[in-house]
Amino acid sequence: MFKLLKYALYDIVKSRFALLYTLFMVLVAISIYQVSEDMSKVSLSLLNIMLMIIPLISAIFATTHFFNNLEFTELMLAQPVKRRDVFLSQILAVIFVLSMAILIGFGAPMLLWGADASVLILLAIGIGLSVIFAGLAFLASVLTRDKAKAIGISLSFWIYFSLVYDGFVLYLIYSLADYPLEKPTLALVFLNPVDLGRIIMLMQLDISALMGYTGAFFQDFFGSAKGILLSSAVMFIWMILPVTAAMRVFKRKDF
Amino acid sequence: MISVQQIHKKFGKLEVLKDFNLEFESGKSYALMGPNGSGKTTLIKIILGMVIPNAGDILVKGKSIKGSFAYRSDIGYMPQIGRYPDNMKIGQLFSMMQDMRPEIKKYDMALATEFGLMDMLDKPMHTLSGGTRQKVSASLAFMFCPDILILDEPTAGLDPIAVEILKTKIIHEREKGKLILITSHILSELDELTNHAIYIHEGKVFFNDTTESLKDITGESKFTTAIARLMEWSLKKKQIKTELSHV
Repeated sequence: MFKLLKYALYDIVKSRFALLYTLFMVLVAISIYQVSEDMSKVSLSLLNIMLMIIPLISAIFATTHFFNNLEFTELMLAQPVKRRDVFLSQILAVIFVLSMAILIGFGAPMLLWGADASVLILLAIGIGLSVIFAGLAFLASVLTRDKAKAIGISLSFWIYFSLVYDGFVLYLIYSLADYPLEKPTLALVFLNPVDLGRIIMLMQLDISALMGYTGAFFQDFFGSAKGILLSSAVMFIWMILPVTAAMRVFKRKDF
Repeated sequence: MISVQQIHKKFGKLEVLKDFNLEFESGKSYALMGPNGSGKTTLIKIILGMVIPNAGDILVKGKSIKGSFAYRSDIGYMPQIGRYPDNMKIGQLFSMMQDMRPEIKKYDMALATEFGLMDMLDKPMHTLSGGTRQKVSASLAFMFCPDILILDEPTAGLDPIAVEILKTKIIHEREKGKLILITSHILSELDELTNHAIYIHEGKVFFNDTTESLKDITGESKFTTAIARLMEWSLKKKQIKTELSHV
């Protein structure tokens, strides 16, 4: 397992993508730090960019990586190693590169200009989203034989969770405005990792007061120990689920 | 040594192997033949565990390969088209494969040396020509002195000198009593290298016996013409079937 991971990492770290993505993250972070001195404003801007960019790049990169490394995967499958290890080494290498880009890209400017607890949570959410969307991308990749199709499916995951789902929730809230919707919206938030990440982060900042009664309800829930535990547990389930599903398919896949 | 038992494999609606049974014994060398798309490569990939059959089982050295992976260290496999990570160098590829088999300490580098690969260990894989890649594949298949050698079109794309080197090596290994399984469309080569012929037609074993009895049955003295006759028969059998179905 560790041997496989070593070779997978060796290959991926040398690729141009790892460097470019990290550089891009650094540039984004630096430019936002330049704009404002206020920490919570910085985190908020970083959050907004992160929630759009990270799922997109994770999904696309993981899919292309899977198909570009198909040769390596096939080669390994003819060797005396477990299928599970072949799969895990590939996805862990992708997750490692994506997480390091966030840690270095956002972390380095933070070390320079200071940070607080909310920024650390921001990093954790970024890594969580990378894992989730890399998992979804691998799932799309093992389900198809065609690279273009797999990228299409990965992109639709991104569009769904970033745009379509929010539209659906807004529509629901708007058309059922006469009913108390705090608990249903809470449940709906759990069904979308991007929204979940956003809410967890927003609750760390003192802007929930702007969100009316629902905001207060969310503040109450996500501020409590039970809420924090539950939301991180759900986030964790989101991280595990696509990866295990993809692994199950991979184990039965023909190469 | 390898026992293929009632293997059934479908790709979508296409049935590639139907109720497929075969026995491969050590000390023999088998020529696996059949028209394109007859299921040769699929059979090999099933033995290696790269393709998972819908039904049936494979025993290697008496043990089922289901859920097992260790048996693959007994198999040297040379794929039809060797595809390797682009960024990797030949030397790194060799040491990686050696790293995958920590229990084997003695490496047979004879083939790599004869092919001249030892002088270009720091060449990245993506700069290599198709023939050189084949040489790398061949060297890897023989590197760990496995008991079973599976060679899928081993000489395709190799220059005549390399073909001779590889053939000599295969004959040398055969004399050591190893199980060798070769697929090829170059019949003269199979005649030299193998003593047992298996002909697959439409996912079924059409012929499975020694080369001598193949010549006997077909009444031909040359291997190539005997196989040509076998192909004719298999096609005729198909024609008769279709004619009947039109009645």
